[in-house]
Amino acid sequence: MSEKKVISGAEGVAIAVKLCKPKVLPMYPITPSTLVPEKLSEFVFNGEIDSKMIHVESEHSAISALYGAYATGVRSFTATASQGLALMHEILPIVSGSRFPAVMFVANRALSGPLSIWNDHSDSMSERDQGWIQLHCESNQEAFDTIIMAYRIAESKKVLLPVMVCADGFYLTHAYEPIQIEDQEKVDAFLPDYTPEHYLDTTNPKTFGAFAQPNSYMEFKEEEEKAMREAIREIIKVSKEFDKSFGRKYGNGLVEGINLEEAEYAVLGVGSVCGTIREVIKELNEQGKKIGLIKLKSIRPLPVEDLKILCKDLKILGVIDKHASIGFGGALTNDIRSALMGEKVKVEGFVAGLGGRDINKEKIKELINTIMKNKEGYWLK
Amino acid sequence: MAILGIDEKEYFASGHRACAGCGEALAIRHILKAAGPKTIIAQATGCMEVVSTPYPESSWEVPWVHCAFENTAAVASGVRAALDAKGDKETNIIAIGGDGASFDIGFGSLSGALERGTRMLYIATDNEAYMNTGIQRSGATFPYANTTTSPAGKVIPGKTQPKKPLPFIAAAHGIKYVATASVMNLMDLHMKVKKALSINGPTMIVVLVPCVPGWKIDSSSTIDVAIKAFETSISPLYEIEEGVLTINQKPSEKKKVEEYLMMQGRFKHLLPEHIKKIQEYVDARWKYLEENNGKKVFDNLF
Repeated sequence: MSEKKVISGAEGVAIAVKLCKPKVLPMYPITPSTLVPEKLSEFVFNGEIDSKMIHVESEHSAISALYGAYATGVRSFTATASQGLALMHEILPIVSGSRFPAVMFVANRALSGPLSIWNDHSDSMSERDQGWIQLHCESNQEAFDTIIMAYRIAESKKVLLPVMVCADGFYLTHAYEPIQIEDQEKVDAFLPDYTPEHYLDTTNPKTFGAFAQPNSYMEFKEEEEKAMREAIREIIKVSKEFDKSFGRKYGNGLVEGINLEEAEYAVLGVGSVCGTIREVIKELNEQGKKIGLIKLKSIRPLPVEDLKILCKDLKILGVIDKHASIGFGGALTNDIRSALMGEKVKVEGFVAGLGGRDINKEKIKELINTIMKNKEGYWLK
Repeated sequence: MAILGIDEKEYFASGHRACAGCGEALAIRHILKAAGPKTIIAQATGCMEVVSTPYPESSWEVPWVHCAFENTAAVASGVRAALDAKGDKETNIIAIGGDGASFDIGFGSLSGALERGTRMLYIATDNEAYMNTGIQRSGATFPYANTTTSPAGKVIPGKTQPKKPLPFIAAAHGIKYVATASVMNLMDLHMKVKKALSINGPTMIVVLVPCVPGWKIDSSSTIDVAIKAFETSISPLYEIEEGVLTINQKPSEKKKVEEYLMMQGRFKHLLPEHIKKIQEYVDARWKYLEENNGKKVFDNLF
């Protein structure tokens, strides 16, 4: 039976993964994603899940083994964070370029150096150009639900791109919240078996990972771009079906507007910080201030048309960026500004929360005061 | 039809872009004949990937997968786990990497796969340098070889380090089967591939494959050079089975290393003192093999 359990975000992710029945689990430990492979190891070693675990010797090998498993045609999973994701970097575009619908969990953590084990988005934001769909989560329930949706989205024949499910390290992975654990039967009905068209098969030999010349490389990449655009429609569709099956949704699956109806100003956030922003705008709305929130769930594909619609009546949008593209401000701000080019809304960027620096209510109020005074964004420390 | 037990069918189709006289292409052709059609190949970046898979063409008549340079053993691990999940116990997995991919950049992932007991045959095709990128020094490069990153300089005469002993390092993992082979004895290579694939666990073969442009030899002399490597004991043929070392074949008359070195442009800068040092190095390695022939050199204590 479906039940509500108070568990850590990481355990929630592991249970969601188990419900999706992956066949191969290449795993490597790193803070703060380690709790996920730990929990999955318990499932495997206690015979609760029919998956082969590979205890790889690095994250580079984790993603490589994941690639090998998908080349052989089975649904699989891995999890990582920070330096681990950076070590995987080389293989990320090979997985997406091979059109393998892999799902990976990223417990967002700052990149060294200096060394930091705490949360920001520098790890996943640095990988946003590698052909992976990137979905972020505000709560542990959302992380649980997004894992299940991710396989549906990735495996859609119209998409066939890998998905990175991101949740803030510690803030979510180590936080205990009630999570609605869904029934296996319901998940099975929502997520059919993975049946790939192409895989390594000795009865029908095919070559995977061939060498592309200048006359074909661009066409492969163009196909990925088309699939990523197709993913916008597919994410909305899967989100609606998930809502129908389980009664939960997160905006349209890509982005969510909160209290924007009369808003002149809004804050755009990604991940767990949205929870704090919700509290602040609630207070300010009660004081009569017209402030809204845009919670961006999908970094890639970036829902440009949705953003334009959500921002059409806004004067100024303040973007919270938990990653700096050193030398050109917040990378997310740059993306949002580019998406909204030609719209009347002005975009101000605030780099905040790097290396686990707390983004509390006071800081969000400070940001809102700044944009309401029509002042420029800055490093909100 | 099979001649001398070797399958007449080709699994590595002709028309690939390898150089005339390529030792590696020859080795792969025979590895596949020994392995047969029930085989999946995972291959590292290198010449073979470039010459055999220019999209949309492929020389591979068996399923083949390439991912990157340093991760072939990890990719093979994923393939094996997926086959296990499917209940497929029949299919062979052969991971193939050159010396750069095996001795150097993929050493970590190779060690990991051996330690985990991954059922696969890992074949290192050793031509003693990074040939695909233009003959750069690797951990497998033979001492004093002239490469583009260890040139025969006025001060430093080529590579000044010994060759990494990869077969012994692999055997030290406690795996059941490690062997050396060479394109100069294809029947030996053939039997070793078959033996390795019959073992339930990780196995490894390091095959010497002369490289025409890299060694600066004539395209007609690939086999002659490989024979000389054997006759001088520079490239001995041995197996380490369940930790026991066996020399498979001894040269009837041990030749001086100079005969081997002088066949190749990469050693033409050598002075007598260098040749003397190489002879001492080769003699010491051979002495170790002879002294330990038939002995258990590694224990799998588990």
